[in-house]
Amino acid sequence: MKPPTDTLAAPAAEATDNPVAGIDQTKGDFSYNVAYAFDAGTGLSEDTVRYISSVKKEAPWILEFRLKALKKFLSMPMPTHWATKDLENINFDKIRYYLSQGQKPKRTWDEVPDDIKRTFERLGIPEQERKFLAGVEAQFDSEAAYSNIKEVVAKQGVIFVNSTEGLREHPELFKKFFAKVIPTGDNKFSALNSAVFSGGSFIYVPKGVKVAQPLQAYFRINAENFGQFERTLIIADEGAEVTYMEGCTAPKFSTSTLHSAVVELVALKGAKIQYITVQNWANNVFNLVTKRGIAHEEAEIKWIDCNIGSRLTMKYPGVVLKGRKARGEVISIALANDGQHQDTGAKMVHAADETTSNIVAKSISVGQGRSTYRGVVHIPKHLKGCKNNTECDALLINSHSRTDTYPAITVRGDRNFVQHEASVSKVNEEMIFYMQQRGLTEGQAMSLAVNGFINDLARQFPMEYSVELKRLIDLEMEGSVG
Amino acid sequence: MSSLVIKDLHVAIGDKKIVQGLSLTINGGEVHAIMGPNGTGKSTLSKAIAGHPDYTITSGDVLLDGRSILDREADERARAGLFLAFQYPSEIPGVSIANFLRAAVQARLAEGEEIDATAYYKRLYSKMDLLKIDRKFTSRAVNDGFSGGEKKRCEILQMAMLEPKFALMDETDSGLDIDALRIVADGVNTLRGPNLGVLMITHYQRLLNYIVPDHVHVMWDGRIVKSGDKSLALELEAKGYDWVKKELAATATAAAATAATVA
Repeated sequence: MKPPTDTLAAPAAEATDNPVAGIDQTKGDFSYNVAYAFDAGTGLSEDTVRYISSVKKEAPWILEFRLKALKKFLSMPMPTHWATKDLENINFDKIRYYLSQGQKPKRTWDEVPDDIKRTFERLGIPEQERKFLAGVEAQFDSEAAYSNIKEVVAKQGVIFVNSTEGLREHPELFKKFFAKVIPTGDNKFSALNSAVFSGGSFIYVPKGVKVAQPLQAYFRINAENFGQFERTLIIADEGAEVTYMEGCTAPKFSTSTLHSAVVELVALKGAKIQYITVQNWANNVFNLVTKRGIAHEEAEIKWIDCNIGSRLTMKYPGVVLKGRKARGEVISIALANDGQHQDTGAKMVHAADETTSNIVAKSISVGQGRSTYRGVVHIPKHLKGCKNNTECDALLINSHSRTDTYPAITVRGDRNFVQHEASVSKVNEEMIFYMQQRGLTEGQAMSLAVNGFINDLARQFPMEYSVELKRLIDLEMEGSVG
Repeated sequence: MSSLVIKDLHVAIGDKKIVQGLSLTINGGEVHAIMGPNGTGKSTLSKAIAGHPDYTITSGDVLLDGRSILDREADERARAGLFLAFQYPSEIPGVSIANFLRAAVQARLAEGEEIDATAYYKRLYSKMDLLKIDRKFTSRAVNDGFSGGEKKRCEILQMAMLEPKFALMDETDSGLDIDALRIVADGVNTLRGPNLGVLMITHYQRLLNYIVPDHVHVMWDGRIVKSGDKSLALELEAKGYDWVKKELAATATAAAATAATVA
């Protein structure tokens, strides 16, 4: 808990040949020296948790919540009985758990300190905000440096702040839903997040309000050996509609970085929440995220989850279908390149009659990259008229890559309908030769094959994101040609 | 005028020698047909020229407009003006013909140059009109679930758009019924002209009724053993490949006899 030191990596070269912001790893691979005013030091203890809570000037119940979570985290084993042993390579004593320049985000880019502002400018965030977003939150390490919502949206009563502000300014609303969708002890990493969480978004959309443009959060890791633990809570009141998009990048450090978020969504009666992630972590990042939503009667929650980059991603967005006729959907795209493991999937828990869920997961494994799909679909016996459709398709590019599928579907009773399809295909040499014979380079050919494979899913993205996704795949594939 | 010169070409797949000393010159505007029984190396010839990585050229050369193309990758050969119409075109799920061709056209532009989308579609539609192809066709994924005829038609459309100097057509007629064959032949005849040289590879004379070649070559054991005009194809059709075989045997015996006499 010492005063800040300025010991970060020297700024990387400014030169970059890709003008599209925030999405490809080369673009994100830079860091500037930043003077942190608040630093919880290295390693995790009760003191770390107390420090975080005190700089945030939190209510006592939150500190208590955090300390309980810490105990939980320390008592829970690593889930290596089913998950990869690579998790054991995370050294929790070497991680820095809180770094910030202050707890209050700025409302205009002009007020954001220059050393942080230039990072987001380089990632193109202010420009995207002007073009097509209803609101933006830009988190730099532990806290949001910038957070703003367009006046017209704010006037409708929409709240869009970071979690620190949310807890301070809307405690009643926050407390009512916080940790209700994902309990602290859901898994080891949700417990860790609950102990040291900082940043993330708090969104409330009032009854009947439909936010036309997306709200966007951008999560940026700047410091080495850092852990980012944002906590996001989105509540769509009855009949409300909102689309939230998040993007993430980090510079490439030789040591590992941890990103462990918890995201909870609550869609009340007839509400619709669409949550879109395009993550593009550098390949030293452990990305262990818990995401779940509760859909009440006739509500709809849709996760569009696109995982590119990171060393290891474990993420299974889920929907608890709590009310009659609720709908849940997970669209998942994962690309595992050399040295990466994308362990992703979906969870659908049916808890009311006539609920429907849809899972479409596509993974691409390149080189030594490894993709794993894990799915859970649960329909208990007493329910009727429930439907689930699961499709998981894997694409392998060259013989070293690996893909595994672990679907777990429990359907009791005979009044429900479930459908599961899985496929594994290969981009074969003949297909690549065919495209090369038309004048495409090997890299262009592979990238076109991959884009074709995910085409039906990419079309569901907002245009700006699908263009970025395509560009990112182009880059990944260009780089994978030996 | 463009030229494609194949010089004493030897091609192997692994240790197996397939093409063994084949020479042939095709000039722009000419249509050549190579005929021969199965397993004689016809398809190997076309894939080797196109640069398929499984085919090793052990000796000889292939020159496009006087410059050897053997040190170039398949995509560079394609951009230099070589087009292979595949016997079995690959399926590319999720990629529409329009987008595929767009990427192929884009690949031919200088670095940093962006394709003019309006001009591209205008040209694509005019080629489709020329070949009497329905507009809906190009929104389908490349060859995905296509019938044999549709696949070949897709090849012809690509050829029309990419405007190669030389087209190698590998067993274009295989798997086609007579109606599909006629459509494909009409396409090739439409594209035929002084700027396009064609090498047609076929097992049957049938195709040559629709696309009339300027030159016909018979391939046997990895070489060209007989060349002539279109009447050679008819002669082959009437007498069968056995006729060539017998003639070859006779020549060989005569040569052996001559050699013996000289000795």
